[in-house]
Amino acid sequence: MKENDLRFTKFLVLVNAAVPLALLGWDGWRLRLGANPVNFAILTTGMSALVFLMLTLLVTPVRKITGLNWIISFRRTLGLYAFFYACLHFLIFFSLDQSFSISSTWSEMLKRKYLLVGITGLMVMVPLAVTSTNAMIKRLGGKRWRALHRLAYVAAIAGVIHYYMQVKADVRQPLAFAAVLAVLLGYRLAVYWRRPGSPPPATAVKSKL
Amino acid sequence: MKELKQIPASEITDPAVYFNRRTFMRAGIVAASAIATGLVYRRLNPVATGSIDTPLIKGLTTPAAVADAASFRVSDPATSLQDITHYNNFYEFSTDKEGVAPAAAKFETKGWQVSVEGLVRKPKVFDLDDLLRISPPEERIYRMRCVEAWSMVIPWVGFSLSKLLDVVEPLSDAKYVAFETLLDPKRMPGQRGGVLDWPYIEGLRMDEAMHPLTLLASGLYGRALPPQDGAPIRLVIPWKYGFKGIKSIVKIKLVATRPRTTWSMQAPNEYGFYANVNPQVDHPRWSQATEQRIGESGRRPTMMFNGYAEQVGHLYTGMDLRANF
Repeated sequence: MKENDLRFTKFLVLVNAAVPLALLGWDGWRLRLGANPVNFAILTTGMSALVFLMLTLLVTPVRKITGLNWIISFRRTLGLYAFFYACLHFLIFFSLDQSFSISSTWSEMLKRKYLLVGITGLMVMVPLAVTSTNAMIKRLGGKRWRALHRLAYVAAIAGVIHYYMQVKADVRQPLAFAAVLAVLLGYRLAVYWRRPGSPPPATAVKSKL
Repeated sequence: MKELKQIPASEITDPAVYFNRRTFMRAGIVAASAIATGLVYRRLNPVATGSIDTPLIKGLTTPAAVADAASFRVSDPATSLQDITHYNNFYEFSTDKEGVAPAAAKFETKGWQVSVEGLVRKPKVFDLDDLLRISPPEERIYRMRCVEAWSMVIPWVGFSLSKLLDVVEPLSDAKYVAFETLLDPKRMPGQRGGVLDWPYIEGLRMDEAMHPLTLLASGLYGRALPPQDGAPIRLVIPWKYGFKGIKSIVKIKLVATRPRTTWSMQAPNEYGFYANVNPQVDHPRWSQATEQRIGESGRRPTMMFNGYAEQVGHLYTGMDLRANF
């Protein structure tokens, strides 16, 4: 892909990823967020964070399967958007739901396991966002950088568990996220196992994957 | 050597036009993709609209002047009709609170009957109209506290359940009342899935059922109940979490033993039989100390028995409310 086209495609991703934020803002401005706007905003930003985490994790498998190497350049944008939506998700909870009360947010977090799991996912993403620049990749070196950024798996797992834990009875949506995540992580495990030189695991089914 | 045919300069596309077309196309792609993304977002997050057009209820009265009349009509400002009718927990139609109203819009209640049976002297299958004639419709403004920690204030229309129970004359060994929602997956699409164990069952102790605050509701805001709020007849127990207020009732059975109720079977450690609003007893996964009053910003403290402690506290004297949640 030509440099100019790549820049455009990146821009395209940047714009589309901002659409949920723009519409949330627009609906909020017009007071059209339904009966429980704060809850709605928390849910929507949380869902967006999960969707972007999944998209981020989708980049590498798609690239390896299709050979379209240029799509790797979206990964950072998608990942940063996931982080951005997760931050917004927490900030709306902290400001509009907990009225900026650090003590009540803190005590809620200690009491509610799903909040602990969620904040863990968010915290794990902080070093990833900080080391997302080209300069940081260079400083860390590719190998260490890649190892560090496997934390994205932890963030995604934490995000899905966090969602699953607070649903009352209808767990279909969190389970759908879990299924997508299982495929994305399963692909990586399969690749890892089939690496030349690595001993085949005792229980894994060979090939077919 | 043959000379290459020169393309006249006039036929070469002006670079300005070329780049313009490119820019134009790119702008188009950006706009189209953003619109497509926006449509996906809209599909997942529909904007709630619509009004209710159920018939007005005639002959509305206010409750007779009794000692604690104030508890029948709380002074908190009522939640908007729009919110009451577009933010519903009614899993028979959808598990998405905003999705219940559209999913229930075409729900037909013509020919509705309610069977009142079990340990009573005069069991009877009531046609809805006959049942509604038992007592004049009263407007009662109650607080409604959902177990999910949000709340509303709803101007219901109905009469005390005790009026109906008096008609069928309970026997002395009737200790509990069990209620059942319609089971009809054709009309209630949510019942095609196994989210809950259908039909929805709720229950009350006899003294709770006979309490004057316990309301058999057939309307809100002066109109017949819209489907999403439990048409044509539902239960409202203002001091208990909302899920006790069973909707679209077809059966009321007086029994000797405590009935097995839907949510307490679904998650026995999270939802008890009593489900009294209690800020001191948290849900295992979230706090019940505060609530989000729909239409307000910020949270307000939750009151013991949802503010009806004076009226109903005596029903539970000596009971461990932590164990009997």
